[in-house]
Amino acid sequence: MITTGQGKNGIINILGIESSCDETAASVVRNGREMLSNVIASQIDTHTLYGGVVPEIASRKHIEVIVQVVREALKEADVSIKDIDAIGVTMGPGLVGPLLVGVSYAKAYAYGLGLPLIGVNHIEGHICANYIENKELEPPFMCLIVSGGHTHLVNVKDYGEYEILGRTMDDAAGEAFDKVARAIGLGYPGGPKIDKASKEGNPEAVMFPRSRIEGDEYDFSFSGLKSAVLNYLNSCDMKGEEYKREDIAASFQAAVVDVLLDNSMRAVEKYGVKTFALAGGVASNTALRKAFEDACRDRGIKLYRPSPVLCTDNGAMIASAAYYAFSRGKVSSLDLNAKANLRLGETV
Amino acid sequence: MNILAIDSSGLVASTAVMSDNIIKAEANTCNKLTHSETLMPMIDTVIRSSGLELGDMDHIAVACGPGSFTGLRIGCATAKGLAEAIGRTVIPVNTIDALAMNMYGFSGNIVPMIDARRNEAYTGIFRTADTGLETVKEQCAIPLAQLIDMVNELGTRTVFLGDGADSFRDQIDKTCTVEHIYATPAQRLQRAASVACLAVIYAGEGRAVDPALHAPIYLRSTQAEREGARAKTEAEKAAMAAGHVVRK
Repeated sequence: MITTGQGKNGIINILGIESSCDETAASVVRNGREMLSNVIASQIDTHTLYGGVVPEIASRKHIEVIVQVVREALKEADVSIKDIDAIGVTMGPGLVGPLLVGVSYAKAYAYGLGLPLIGVNHIEGHICANYIENKELEPPFMCLIVSGGHTHLVNVKDYGEYEILGRTMDDAAGEAFDKVARAIGLGYPGGPKIDKASKEGNPEAVMFPRSRIEGDEYDFSFSGLKSAVLNYLNSCDMKGEEYKREDIAASFQAAVVDVLLDNSMRAVEKYGVKTFALAGGVASNTALRKAFEDACRDRGIKLYRPSPVLCTDNGAMIASAAYYAFSRGKVSSLDLNAKANLRLGETV
Repeated sequence: MNILAIDSSGLVASTAVMSDNIIKAEANTCNKLTHSETLMPMIDTVIRSSGLELGDMDHIAVACGPGSFTGLRIGCATAKGLAEAIGRTVIPVNTIDALAMNMYGFSGNIVPMIDARRNEAYTGIFRTADTGLETVKEQCAIPLAQLIDMVNELGTRTVFLGDGADSFRDQIDKTCTVEHIYATPAQRLQRAASVACLAVIYAGEGRAVDPALHAPIYLRSTQAEREGARAKTEAEKAAMAAGHVVRK
């Protein structure tokens, strides 16, 4: 029987393992906030050959490096495995093949070490990335999670207590970046490439639509925007008109940022929140950061966003989320499974 | 020598503890639950039933492929995690060789088959030797017809086993010209006890590896890689990436 409690001298070190997409990552985090190590093995070069993440290839890469990544995380943290009090692992949402590598490894490793295991929601992990660099940040706050797989606007009511205000009805914001980047020949991964190209382009060159979901105040839709960009490019081709791809990138990015900002700020005003946080890979986007910084400053709202290394998928955010779950007595059993479509706040 | 063996390469999840050539405990399931849910609780039960502890194991043996890609990775990740936790090594055992071991003692050709879809089998041909199996044809992925041709050419009495022996039975009966039988349900599917039997031999041959170095043997590249080799344009390559639409 596993019991939760305070570790040695009130210190709880958690090893976090993440493998939900194309990054194999592990990290040791002390008391949910102090990052002792952060090791990320990215497969991006491999998937660039295919223009996106190929799940079977990602799974194969994860299994090859998972032991090395965990060893490196312990070494970088300068702790022995005996200093670890629990292991957290991403159980979903994500690609099921990649998730299963992390979940299977973490279960066996924790069992062999006699340590408690905590299955963590990946989106919750992204939110918790903000705790690591901002010791003073405490719930309640509002958080926008934007990445290649997720777009969520969430009220963080307490640790582990979430109210989903809005989410994407079709593509994730990051997915739209990838698709548009490919269409204008920038390649994969789209996020950073569009961000860079946009700096040389005019965001008002083309007025792409800002989609709103009827009846759902805070939900998002990016598939219409993506189609509008593709249609625009097609019509240019047909008319034999030239376009500057930096302008397309900047105009598309401006539309995405507008929609994300508009929904977020309406929610901020309605709920009267004083603290806002960004999370997820797209939170590294410079235009998005700038827009949220300006809007939050104007409204007197304190804005948090993780540094780029913690915006991307990482083990530290999983360890942090695991810490708060563990503190509330949440421990997973040996039949823990990966769940590709796990919802935020869903208990399994 | 104590060995914990795992096989999750197919529909069966199987795990066994072997101590000094005695199978102390073994568990097999073939139900609708996923290996992810089944395997670790089974390992826990088997270790408890064996009267030993995980820390008593000298090696963790695992059926390393071929088989279901996901199943192989669950077994492999589990073996790595257990071995890493107790500071031991992993002994990879070919799935097809382990299956053949189920029929050790048979006089004639032993032909395990796993249905590899597209009318192909993961298979091999083996014979009983004094100290283990003699390999006539190493494990491979080949069309069923090619396998049956080989079996017919060898002209020896043959036993077929593995899930492929079930799914291909009609075709085997139609095309196999040598005397042949099928393994009983007790011997037909993957058994961790057989993985353990071969692992003991391999341990003596120094084939145990650092858990970091072990990875499954798939015998097949991924669909994306196969098509990637043929894809001519960037757009075609891009089309293979999951969930993406390509502008033509």
